[in-house]
Parts: sequence; C-alpha cells; structure tokens
Amino acid sequence: MLLNQFLFLAAILFCIGVYGVLTRKNGVLVLMSIEVILNAVNINLVAFGAYNDDVSGQVFALFLIAVAAAEVGVGLAIILLMYRNRQSISVADADALHG
Amino acid sequence: MFSAEVATDISWILENAWIIPAIPAASFLLILFFGKKTPGGGHWIGITSVLAIFALSLWSAVAWIGYVDDSHGAEAEAEHAAVVEEFAVGDTLTLAAAEEPVEGEEHAVEATPGPILSERDWFSIAPFDTFKIGTLVDGQSVMLLFVVTFISSLVHIFSVDYVAGDRRYTHYFAFLSLFTSAMLFMVLSSNTLQLIVGWELVGVCSFALIGHWWEEKPNSDAALKAFLTNRVGDIGLLVGMTILFFAAGGTFDITTINTMAGAGEIGQGTLLVASLCLLGAVMSKSGQFILHTWLPDAMAGPTPVSALIHAATMVVAGIYLVGRLYSVFWVGLAIPGSNINALALIGGVTCVFGGMLAFVQNDIKKVLAYSTVSQLGYMALALGVGAWTAGMFHLFTHAFFKACLFLGAGSLSHACHHSFDMKAEMGGLRKIMPKTFITFVIGSLALAGIPPMAGFWSKDEILAGAGVWPGTGGNGTYYIPFIFGMITAALTAAYMSRVIWLVFFGQYRGHSQPHENGPLITVPLMILAFMATVVGFLNMPPAFATAIGLPESWGERFGHYVEPAGIASFPGDLGHANPSLSLAIVASLLAAGAGGVVWLYYQALYRKDSMATEVTGGLKDKHKVLAAGHTMLVNKYYLDDLYTETIAMGTKGPIAKAAYWFNQNVLDGVIDTVGKGTVGLGRFVYRYIDQGAIDGSVRGMGVGADDSGQMLRKVQSGKIRQYAMLMFGGAVVLVAVFIVAV
Repeated sequence: MLLNQFLFLAAILFCIGVYGVLTRKNGVLVLMSIEVILNAVNINLVAFGAYNDDVSGQVFALFLIAVAAAEVGVGLAIILLMYRNRQSISVADADALHG
Repeated sequence: MFSAEVATDISWILENAWIIPAIPAASFLLILFFGKKTPGGGHWIGITSVLAIFALSLWSAVAWIGYVDDSHGAEAEAEHAAVVEEFAVGDTLTLAAAEEPVEGEEHAVEATPGPILSERDWFSIAPFDTFKIGTLVDGQSVMLLFVVTFISSLVHIFSVDYVAGDRRYTHYFAFLSLFTSAMLFMVLSSNTLQLIVGWELVGVCSFALIGHWWEEKPNSDAALKAFLTNRVGDIGLLVGMTILFFAAGGTFDITTINTMAGAGEIGQGTLLVASLCLLGAVMSKSGQFILHTWLPDAMAGPTPVSALIHAATMVVAGIYLVGRLYSVFWVGLAIPGSNINALALIGGVTCVFGGMLAFVQNDIKKVLAYSTVSQLGYMALALGVGAWTAGMFHLFTHAFFKACLFLGAGSLSHACHHSFDMKAEMGGLRKIMPKTFITFVIGSLALAGIPPMAGFWSKDEILAGAGVWPGTGGNGTYYIPFIFGMITAALTAAYMSRVIWLVFFGQYRGHSQPHENGPLITVPLMILAFMATVVGFLNMPPAFATAIGLPESWGERFGHYVEPAGIASFPGDLGHANPSLSLAIVASLLAAGAGGVVWLYYQALYRKDSMATEVTGGLKDKHKVLAAGHTMLVNKYYLDDLYTETIAMGTKGPIAKAAYWFNQNVLDGVIDTVGKGTVGLGRFVYRYIDQGAIDGSVRGMGVGADDSGQMLRKVQSGKIRQYAMLMFGGAVVLVAVFIVAV
C-alpha cells in the first residue's frame, strides 16, 4: 500500500488550508480553510489507520468530523454576530483586543 | 547521761528565744494598722507587748542561770566520778555527731555552758553550706535581752505621759516596738548576716525617731546626719563581714568565725583588714571619736527615745559587736610588736575627748549625749585592754543610770517649758521637783563612779582591767588607756557636778511655772535610780562580799553567768584583773575631788549674780589659753566643720566640677560624635542604600515591566492572521527542531 501518496495529499491540503487561513480576509473563507486543514488531518488518520491495520484511525476521523462540524457551527455563529455588529465579515477588522 | 539530762533540761524559752523579738514585731504591725482605733492611741498594745517580752526575758535569764549552774554542777560531778565523766563525754560526742535536724531544727548542746543554738535553714547558694537563721542564746545575749526589755518597758510607760497629745503619738509607739524588735533580733542573731539585718533595722528606727518632729529643719537634719554617719560605718560592716565570710570558709556563723579567729586559722592580716572595716561600724554606731558627731545631734528626738536608743541600747550595738566577735577584734587589732590593742587607744581617746566636750554644753541632753560618748569610749577601752567582762558590765550598769539621767532630763524639760537649756530655763529646781532631783543625783553619782553606786563597780573594774595599777595583775602595757580612764573618771564627776548645780541649785532662771511630774514619769525614774544603785553589786569582788558578811560565792555573779563559755579559749591573757582596794579609793577620791572643785567654782561664780544666764568672770575670761580651749570645745574640735566644710564641700565642689567637665567634654563629646555619626550614616543609607539600591531596584522592576510590556504589546496586535502566522511559524519551528533533534 502506498502511504506516501496519501501523506503527500494531506500535506498539500494542509498547506492550501494554511495558506487560506493566512491570506483570506473573509471569515467564511478562513473557516473553510480550517476545514481543509482538518480534512488533511482526517486523511492522515485514516491513512495511518489503514496502514497499521487498525480501525482506531477511522474512529478518530469520525470524531474529528463531528468536532469540526461543531466548530464550524460556533465559527459561523461568531461571523454572523460579527456581521450584525460591524456589517463586515473581514477578520482584519476584528482587532478590538490589540495591545 | 548527764549531758543528755542537761539537754532535756534546757528551758523552753532558751530554745525558742525567737518569740521575744517576734512579739514586738507583731505589736509594731498591730499599732500601725489598728493603733489609732484602739483606746489610748496604741500605747496599750506597745506596753502590753513590751511587758510580755520583759517577762519572757526574765524567764530566759532565770533559765540561763539555771542552765549554767546545772552545767557547772555536771562538770563538778564529772570530775569526781570518772565513770560519769566517760558517760558525759561519750554523750557529748554522740550529740555532736548526731546533729540531725529534728523538725527542721538543730540543737548543738554541750556539757559546758556553751551557747544554745536554735537554727532553721534560711536559703542556700550552690558552693556554700546552707545559710541558717536562728537564735544564739548565751550569757551576753540574755544580759542584753534583759537590759533592752527592761529599759524599753520603762520608756514605754514614761512616754505615755511625755509625748501625750503628740500628732504622731501612734506612730511613735509603733516605732518604739519596731526598734525593740530589731534590737532583740540583732542581739539574738546566730550569724553575722542576721546581725547586719538587725543592725540596719535599728539604724532605720533611730533615723525615724530622731526625726519624729521632722517639721522643724534641725530635727530632720539631725536624723539625716545620724543616718548618713552610720552609713559610713555600715559600709565597713558589710565589707568586714564579707571578708570574714570568705576567710572562715564560706560561713556567717558567729561561733565558727570566733573559734577560727581565736585558733589562728584566719591570718592576722585578713583579720586586721576585717576588724578595721568592722571598727568603722563600731565607731559610727557606738559614737567613738571621730565618728561620734551624730550622737549629740540625735538628741533632737523625743527624750525617751534618747534614753532608750541613744543611751542605753542602740549605741551599745557596736560594743556588743566587739564582744560578739571578740576573737576577731582581739587578734585583728593587736598592734604588732607590742601587747597593745588599738581598740584600747580609740576607747581612751573617745572617753577623754567626749568628756571634755560635755563641759561647754548648755543643753542638758547634749551634756548627757557627750557623756554617753565618753562612757562608750570606756567600754571600748575595756574591751581593748582585754577586760571583756568589765566592758560588758559597764554596758549593763551604764544602761540603767544613763537611762535614769535621760528620763530625768525629760522630766525636767516636761516641767520647764519643753526647754533643755540649763542656764536659761532651769536652776533651783531641787525643791520644786524633789523626786526628779533625788533620782537625777543618784544617776549622776552612779555615772561619776562614786561608791557604792553601779558605775563605781564597773568603772573600777575597767581601770583595774587596764592592768597598770600595782596588784591588779595585768601585763602593764596599757599606761595610756589607764591614764585616759583616770582622767575621764575625774571629768565625768566634774561635768555632772556642773549639771546638777546649774539645774537644781541656785535660783530658778526660767520663765514658766515648773511643777513635779505625775507618777507615769517619776515611777520609772525611781525604778531606774534603784537599779542604778544596786546592779553594781552583781559583780562585786568576792573579797568584798565576804567583807560585808555575804557568802563569797555572791561575788562576781555577773561575770560568772554572762561570760561566754569560750572566754578561756579567747586568745591572749584575758583573765580577770585582781580588784585593788587602793585603786578604788584613789579613783573615787579623784572623782569626788573633781566634782567638789567644780561645785565650789559654780557656787562662787553665781554668788555675784544668781540670775545670770551668761556668767562672766569664768575661767575662759581669765586666760587666753583657756579661752582658746573653750572656743575649741564649743566648736566640737571643728569636726563638724571638717566633715561638712572641708570633706563634704571639698569633695563636692571639685567632684562636681570634674563631673561637669567630664559630662560636657567626654560624655557629651561621645554622644555628639555618636549623634553626628548616626546622622551621617543615616544620610548615607538614605542616599545610597534606600534611594539607590532599594528604591532603584523597585523602580527598575517597574521600568522593566513597563518596557517589556511596551515591547510585548506590539505582538498583541489583535490581528487574527498575524496570530495564526505566529502559531504556524511556531509549529514549523517546533517541527524543524523535532526533525533536526530526532
């Protein structure tokens, strides 16, 4: 079984996700980028699980999908409230906690 | 067997003599706290207690006489029967060995009439034996018990009338009780520590009673003078007793110290230093020349107090001390290379110089005070020449006739406007106050040593004791004390003759209506006059006893019962002098002659002007030398000036100046320097340590926190992507480290 291909795929997805998080100002796109990162991790888990002939990797991946769904729910709610208060979903504007 | 019987036969009072000082001590407290509420203002408490202890003292005297007789009886029988002697010696040894505390008490009993010791543990300090407190009953202390309680009883009774209506009537009686208690405590003390306590207590009572009328400045001055002069001697007492304590191997026990000193177990040098220190105490307390100056001033106190304290009892404390520690003084004060004891010289000088001072006094009490000084000198002289018994006997007889004279003076003053001035306020009183007159004359005759009065016997014994007169059997070295003693015999008669003439003869020169006093005053006088007549016979020579038809064993009873058992063990040849009839006749004629001359002189002097208070044409107006001598005497040999002007002021001025200079320059200098140094140090600390180091570090921390905060706040930009970048950057770095490290 070729583990490397999966790992390369996951690494590429991870880098795309990171790039998205760092470059996008749109909050929704940042959340989507985070999902991409999480899915990269999921691929890794499933790949290692299959490689080691162990289902716990898949179980972890299932949990991660559930947690990610919850995280997106919370994240979208924050963005929604941000929009309501500031009429903007740009994360660059959300700097009220700066020192 | 015999000694055991003697042991059980000891009378209760001799072993429980502590009760005698305890009763007046209780009376003191009772009078102090309840005196004013009781009828009579407290004098009933005082009189009851003092009569009770007089009865106890009589009991103890009788018991002591019985004890001595028993012991001598035992000795005599022991000599006859060898078996009995063995028993007696054996029992004595076992008794001495088995000195186990019986109910906390010890009884050291000997077959010979030794002192009866009853002691309890007092306190203990590590390296020394347990210190004890207790009573030492022997002939000397029993004799003094009798004298003190007897005189004290009469003085109490006399005082009821004499100080009646006084504002501090109750306190007066309280202090009389305290004094009596303290004096008895001292007399009975079994160790020197206890003796010091009693000694100081009588000093305090003397101070309080001299200053009884302290509202008048001279009285409080006199009290202070008495107290301070006695302090001088008391230092000597403390130092001397401390030396003896260590010299005797850490014990205060009087018997031990005496025995060791007598046996030569303490070096002569040590004893010399110790006895010189103690001599200071003796001289101040017993008014020996040159520390006698407080005694005449002490007459500022009430007259009964003068009679009790400053004539009969307290002032003989010094003589008592010499008698108690006789071995110490005898060995210590012996002048090396001769047979002469320095004490005899001091006594001799005191009796002559004190007697001369009595001539120029117009105050009757002052005459008597100087007479007391002179007679105390006699006692010291007697002890100095080795006539222990004669000295103690003179103490005994002197107490009676001097108390009689003082109370007589009090009676006169009570009648004459409360004045003691013989020239201005008295004269011709013999018809007005016959009882006082007769008793006063009896007392004077006794003092002057005219036979057969008490003073004759004791004075004669002292003169014989000097051992110079042929046939008295002495070592013949005490010429100077003997001559002084003879001069004093003449002087005494002369000044008493002057007093009697001025007070009782001629015409009354006062301004009041004198009257004879009531029985509370005259009865004590009569009792004392009676005693002054008869007590001399207690120690008459046996030859005299047979001559007047009495058994020979009636002679020298006083010496027989009062002498300490160990007098034979006293060092030196302290045997009894042989009485000499020729000496007695010569001394008596000398006294009678001197008295007679003075009598005629005053009679001639007052013939011209019987009302004169200042007589002109007297001796001092006739010759310059006599006038100079008179001035000298009036100024009391300038001793008071020497003490106050020269010594006190002389030391006070320079010492004060030196102290001021020292204060200003040295002490203040040191303090200034310390102060300035402290200020400088404070500034330094403030500037460099407080401001620099401490505040600097605190401030530095603040600045550091501020600066780092300022730097770090830039990181906290609030920009999420920047945070994310840092996070990922961090993760990359960690991964890189991880990869490199692994």
